Amino acid sequence: MNSTLVTADGVPLKTSLARAQRREKAASLLLVAPLFLFIFITFLIPIADMLLRGVSNEIVAEQMPRTVPLLAGWDDVIGELPGEAVFAAAVADIRAGARAKTINRLGQRLNYERSGMSSLFRKSARRVLRLKEGPYREALIKIDRRWGDIQTWQLIKTFSPPYTGGYFLAAVDMRLDPVEGIARQQEDRRIYLNLFGRTLWLSALITLLTLLFGYPIAYLLATLPTRTSNLLIILVLLPFWTSLLVRTTSWVALLQQEGVINDLLVAVGILDNDSRLAMIHNRIGTVVAMTHILLPFMVLPLYSVMKTIPPSYMRAAVSLGAHPALAFLRIYVPNTVPGMGAGGILVFILAIGYYITPALVGGSSGTFISNFIAYHISQSLNWGLAAALGVLLLALVLALYLLYDRIVGIDNMKLG
Amino acid sequence: MKLRKLTLTAGALALSMGGVAIAQAADLVVVSWGGAYTASQQNAYHDPYMAMHGDIKILNDDSAAEGVAKLRAQNEAGNVTWALVDVVGSDAIRLCDEGLALEIDHDTVLAPAPDGTPASEDFGDLIVSPCFIPQIVYSTTFGYRTDLLKRAPKKVKDVFNTHTFPGKRALERKPINNLEWALIADGVKPSEVYDVLDTPAGVRRAFAMLDTIKEQVVWWTKGAQPTQLLADGEVVMASAYNGRLFSAIEEEKQPIGMLWDWQVFDLDGWIVPSNGPHQEEVLKFLRFATDTQRLADQAQYISYGPARKSSAPLVGKHATLGIEMAPHMPTDPDNAKNTLLFNYEWWADNRDDMDERFNAWLAR
Repeated sequence: MNSTLVTADGVPLKTSLARAQRREKAASLLLVAPLFLFIFITFLIPIADMLLRGVSNEIVAEQMPRTVPLLAGWDDVIGELPGEAVFAAAVADIRAGARAKTINRLGQRLNYERSGMSSLFRKSARRVLRLKEGPYREALIKIDRRWGDIQTWQLIKTFSPPYTGGYFLAAVDMRLDPVEGIARQQEDRRIYLNLFGRTLWLSALITLLTLLFGYPIAYLLATLPTRTSNLLIILVLLPFWTSLLVRTTSWVALLQQEGVINDLLVAVGILDNDSRLAMIHNRIGTVVAMTHILLPFMVLPLYSVMKTIPPSYMRAAVSLGAHPALAFLRIYVPNTVPGMGAGGILVFILAIGYYITPALVGGSSGTFISNFIAYHISQSLNWGLAAALGVLLLALVLALYLLYDRIVGIDNMKLG
Repeated sequence: MKLRKLTLTAGALALSMGGVAIAQAADLVVVSWGGAYTASQQNAYHDPYMAMHGDIKILNDDSAAEGVAKLRAQNEAGNVTWALVDVVGSDAIRLCDEGLALEIDHDTVLAPAPDGTPASEDFGDLIVSPCFIPQIVYSTTFGYRTDLLKRAPKKVKDVFNTHTFPGKRALERKPINNLEWALIADGVKPSEVYDVLDTPAGVRRAFAMLDTIKEQVVWWTKGAQPTQLLADGEVVMASAYNGRLFSAIEEEKQPIGMLWDWQVFDLDGWIVPSNGPHQEEVLKFLRFATDTQRLADQAQYISYGPARKSSAPLVGKHATLGIEMAPHMPTDPDNAKNTLLFNYEWWADNRDDMDERFNAWLAR
C-alpha cells in the first residue's frame, strides 16, 4: 500500500505542511514589505544614485553631441590639432549650448580636471554667438588661444565617455591624464589618502578612549543598587540628550588658551602664562570633544551586557581560589566582550562619519574626510567627487565590518 | 538611468509634500543668511512691503549658506520652492552659468535712482552677472585687540609680521583673500596680484609667505568665530567680515580696533531662481526692495555698504545705537583707501585647484 502519510482530507501531509508554511511565509513577507519598501526608497536607491553620480559623466557627450563622435576618430597622441570638421562641430555645439544656457556646466565639469576650462567655455560661448562663418579653426583659436592647445582637445576626448573613473581616481589622489593614463596627483595636491588615514586612525583612537572611560562607568552602573544606578544613568543620558553644538562649544570654552583649564593650570603655577597649552583647533580638540560626545554609545551597550552577568560567576571564581583581579580578568571581562564589540562598532562607525565637531574644534589637523564630503556637496558643488568619497567611506566601513565579523563574529555582538 | 529618475521622483514627492504648506497664492519664500542680516532686510523692506501689500507674505528661510547646493537639488527634483535667494557675487555667477538663476534686464526690472539714473548705471560694475541684483558691499578685513598689542597694526604687512606683532592670528580657512594678502604683504603690487597668482611661481610665493605665520594661525570657518576668538583673547588679530567686527566693537564694546588696509570687497545680492514660483510678484517686490531709499535704510541696521551709488548720501544713524553709520561702512572714503575687489573670473577658474593646494598645504 501507499506509505505516505495523508491528512484527514486525503492530501499528502508533506504538501499540506508546505502549503501552510508558504502561507505563513507570505504573511510575514507582507508584514515586512512596508519597512522593506521604506528602506529601499529612502536608503538603497539614494546610495545607488550616489554610486552612479561618482562615475556618471554624460554631460560632455550631452553638451557636445557633434564634437564627441568626431573626436573619437582623431588620434590624440600624434600631436596634431584636430581638423576643421571638429572645430566646426565644436562651434556648433558651443553655440547651441550658449543659446540653451547650458554650456557653462560643461566648463565647470572640465574645470575639475584642469583649471581654466571654466573661463574658456564662458568666454567662447559669448563670442561664438557672433561668429558668422568659417574657417572655424582659426576663428576659435582667435577667440582663445587655448583652443589651439592640443591638451584642451585631449582633455575633452579623455572625458567624453558617459562613465568615468575620474572622480574615484581623484578621491584617492590619482588623476586620469590624457597622455600618461592613470597617474598620481601632483604632490602639492594630494589630500584625500592622508585624510582617510587620519579619519581611520583618530576614530580608532576615540573608540579606544571611550572603551577605557566607559568600562568603569558601565561597571559601576551595573553593580550599584538599582536606585543609585538609575540616578547615575541620568548623568550619562543628560549629555546624550543635550544638543551636539552646545557640548562642542562648551569644550571650546574649557580647552581654549584663555579657557578654564589653562587658566586653572596657570593659577596654580603648573604652567607659565606664556606657555599655555594648545588643546583646541587641533587633533587634541577633536579627540577630546568626540570622546565625550560618543561616550554614551559605549556605556549603554556595555551596561546592558554587564547587567546580565550573574554576580555568582565572580563569587564562584573567588571561592575556587582565584585572586579577585584574576577572576575579573578571566571571568568578568570575557563575558563583556559582546558589549565591547557592540559599543566599539557603534562608536567607530559614528566617529568615522562625524563632521560638525571636527569642523568646529579640529582646526586644520583634526578634520575628517566627512568635512570634505560636506564641503564638496555644499561649497565646491563637485557632487561627483563628493559621491566618490562617500562611496569609498561606505566601502571602508563595510570592509571593517566584515573584518570584525571574521575576527570577533557578528553573532557575538549584543546591543541590549 | 531609470534608477535616477525614480530617486528624483521620490525626492520631488518629498519636497512637494513639504511645499504644500507654503504654496498659497502670494507667499514668497525668501532665502537669506539669518541673524542680524535677515533682521536688517526684514526692517528695511520686508515689513514695509508687506504693510503696503496685504496679499503678499514674505517667509524667511535662513539657509543661504547652503543656498547654491540646495537650489541645485531643488532643480534636479523639478520642484523649486524658493522665490528669491540671497547669494554672494561668485555664487550668482555660478548659478547663472548653470542656468539656475533668471537673467534680468536691470533697467526695466529695477527702479532708477531718484535723479533718473538708470539702475544699471547706479549699480555700476557691481552687476557682476546678468542674473545678479546687488544689495550690499561687504568686506573681509582685519580686527585686532587694542589692549593686547603694544602697537596698533597699520598695514596688512603687519599681519605677517609676528616679530613686531606677536600673538596668534585667525584667518578664514580658504585660499581666497589669504593668497592675495600674502602676496601684497610680500611686496607684490596689488594691481598685479592676479597676474602673479596666474603663474606657478606666484602661487608658490604666496604659500611661502603664508608659511611664515602658519604656526601662529587659528583657522576659522563660520562668520561668528573670528570675533569670538578676538573677544576671548585667543588671537590678537583676525580677518573677519566688517559687519561682525562692527557689532563686536560698537554693540558688545569689545576692545577691538579695525585694520582696513587692503580690505577685500565682496558683494551680496539677490538672484531669482529660474524655475521659481511667483516670479511676477517677486520682480515687483525686488523693484521696491532694491530702490535707493530701501538700500540706504538697510544700512541703519547693519554696517554693510549699500550697492547703489545714489544710496550713499542717504545713509543715516544706527537705528538703536544712534551713531553715524557712514564711518563704519567699508565704502567710506577713509576706510577705502586701499581696497581689493576680488577677481571673480580668476577664482571661478582656479578655485578647485587652489582649494586642493591649500588643503594639502594645511595638512603638511
